[in-house]
Amino acid sequence: MPEIFDSKGYEIPPEMQNNVAITTLDKIYNWGRRYSAWPMMFGLACCAIEMICTAASRFDFSRFGMEIMRPSPRQADVMLVSGTVTKKMVPQIVRLYNQMPEPKYVVAMGACASGGGPFKEGYNVVSGMDKFLPVDVYIPGCPPTPQALLFGLMKLQEMMDNQSLKTVRWYQKEDLPAIPVPILGPDLLDPRDYPEFSDKLAQAAVIAEPEEA
Amino acid sequence: MIDLTLAIAKEIETRFPKGVAPDERSGYEGYLVEAGKLVEFATALRDELGYDFLSSVTGVDYMPEEKMEVVYHVYRSTGGGALVFKVQVPRQNPVLPSLVEVFPGADFQEREAWDLLGIRFEGHPNHKRILMWEGFEGHPLRKDWEEAYFEEESKPFDARWPGGDVYRAEDENPFTKNVVYPQDFNPETWIPDGDKALYAGMKEIETDESLETEQIVVNLGPQHPSTHGVFRMVATLAGETVVKLEPVMGYLHRNHEKIGERNTYLMNIPFTDRLDYLASMSNNFGYVLAVEKLLGKKAVVPERAEYIRVIMAEFTRIANHVFAIGTLLNDMGAYFTPMLYALQERELILDIFEAAAGSRMMCNYYRFGGLARDLPPGVEGKMRDLAFERLPRKIDELDRYLTENEVLRARCEGVGVLTPEEAIAYSAVGPVLRASGVPYDVRRADPYSIYDRFDFDVAVAYHGDVYDRYLVRMEEIRQSIRILQQALDDLPEGEIMTGKPRYSIRVPAGEAYGRVEGPKGELGFYVVSDGSANPWRYHVRAPSFINLTALSKMCEGDKVADAIVILGSIDIVLGETDR
Repeated sequence: MPEIFDSKGYEIPPEMQNNVAITTLDKIYNWGRRYSAWPMMFGLACCAIEMICTAASRFDFSRFGMEIMRPSPRQADVMLVSGTVTKKMVPQIVRLYNQMPEPKYVVAMGACASGGGPFKEGYNVVSGMDKFLPVDVYIPGCPPTPQALLFGLMKLQEMMDNQSLKTVRWYQKEDLPAIPVPILGPDLLDPRDYPEFSDKLAQAAVIAEPEEA
Repeated sequence: MIDLTLAIAKEIETRFPKGVAPDERSGYEGYLVEAGKLVEFATALRDELGYDFLSSVTGVDYMPEEKMEVVYHVYRSTGGGALVFKVQVPRQNPVLPSLVEVFPGADFQEREAWDLLGIRFEGHPNHKRILMWEGFEGHPLRKDWEEAYFEEESKPFDARWPGGDVYRAEDENPFTKNVVYPQDFNPETWIPDGDKALYAGMKEIETDESLETEQIVVNLGPQHPSTHGVFRMVATLAGETVVKLEPVMGYLHRNHEKIGERNTYLMNIPFTDRLDYLASMSNNFGYVLAVEKLLGKKAVVPERAEYIRVIMAEFTRIANHVFAIGTLLNDMGAYFTPMLYALQERELILDIFEAAAGSRMMCNYYRFGGLARDLPPGVEGKMRDLAFERLPRKIDELDRYLTENEVLRARCEGVGVLTPEEAIAYSAVGPVLRASGVPYDVRRADPYSIYDRFDFDVAVAYHGDVYDRYLVRMEEIRQSIRILQQALDDLPEGEIMTGKPRYSIRVPAGEAYGRVEGPKGELGFYVVSDGSANPWRYHVRAPSFINLTALSKMCEGDKVADAIVILGSIDIVLGETDR
């Protein structure tokens, strides 16, 4: 019998032990969720290949309830950001995230998704997914081995275990705002930055001046 | 150097007394052609001299000389070395005629040169950016274009090495999200382009269908279960039939070439791993070959290293092809079961890579003049087991399950046909070219390393459809096993590297084009050195990218479901397509 049904602290008469168990709502809710977190079938770069290997027979993440990968964000619970996030791709990624129903989680798989990785200095590379989305688990590696990915996913399950119905964001009274989709301008534009935009440009001009002189 | 026979040199000289001159810069080869003569010269090469296969088009920014140079590499589809010709244009206004009419395979490559270097090709039918989006500021590969995280022109950066200081690039830059905008930019009034030109070109295509059908434009990707990564196809459909299809890419453009020009030569090897991430060993191979050409006698590869290089490259080919077959079956709807069989073998090959190089996928194993390290004890036995026992058996098994399968044949036969003439014209390479009946394999046509010592056949098929591409891949796996068996039997003892491994090498000034037959086809590296520690120009001729030029041609007239299968049969990897 799984640990969550061990009715710790409650005396259950022996004749009823096969039929009755006492647990908390949080525990049973999290138990259900941790073993049915469906990842989105969503590969960005090299890490996606290791993700496919993790899904295949040798490593097999269906052992952890991640049996089915869904290409549609509407049916997915976990977004595995597996690879380099580029500026051209980030509007689509944010849109996909907004389309996922709550509860949803983001795993940054590998160096690029965590912070830009070896390509960070590139002009078309975003320095990590967390510049736009709330990331729950970061997995280091370039690419992380399937073992590392599995470990990261187990960490995600641990995180789910510790969440409570009372505090999770998707059961709060306020509406959850969608993340504004970045816009492709002369470079990548984040609508959240617009208010400070003029300040930034002025600041840049000040910094640029001594170089010109 | 190039094997340019005297006869051809003479022929060119008499045919073009003016406007074409041999390139006499030291370390350079080929011809300098005037922009006005370009189309005539290229046509003559194709029709009269037999150089019918345009391999690579790229630009070089010679900023100190205020010049832009466009470099063309052409080959004969019957084999032999390259003929190189170049056009120099002023840097301020780089315009030259497009070669798309002569070599349709120049299409994407010219667009890339426009996108990244700002060289305009007059007469190009679809003169748009290809990797970056429309509206992006500047042409990033120009030497005076600096990105947001710009620190110095070349690595290692003084600020960080040898002192070893580490800081976050964001802290150094006022635009902390890796973004720089033009000075007078106002985000409130900006209207994004939104692929206007692309969609305008997709509307109301005339067809000769008698049934009047309303056409619709459909986007497949960049998030799509079958696009092999972040690739996008925009298709105009009449009913279910594709009337026009345009590939859109750049969603994984991670600035490989710009970063490569900052790096030292050695630093680029791990970056090449991440090009075609299913075949990192062959990428290493192509790059070290190009640099070894420049180094000349300074980098003589020992025998043992040559054999191990070939063994690793052939294992890579097998790993790649089983993966390609698995994903092709995925695309046809045989979801994941064939893939499981494919991945089983791939994992065993990856174990060998991990033992030898330390990493499953990003091997970083080849070095200039040898290899990073020797094979650890026990690996040779594992390789022999695989090459002599397991792989032949398992490939037969895969063959038995798939090749005669009725559904597979019904979905593949006669779909996505490319004739031999079209395949050559569109610069298709690898299994796509050979399935169209052109027996062109760089290992045989222009042998490199020690491939001339092995007995193997060039896999070729003649229908040019998806099924033949599948058959060619199957046959290539068998031929790779043959090469592996010979190489493992002959593997000598000895050194794996000449001299001491060095962190920084001096590469003599000049240019070199190294190419290998990677699993996806001809993978070329064009490297220009100015004698400093960093390459002046570093260009990758990516087979996945250029094979896509023929995608529209293959898909037109087929059903939309077949477009997915056709894409699967080209076998692209986005890391290499977008670089």
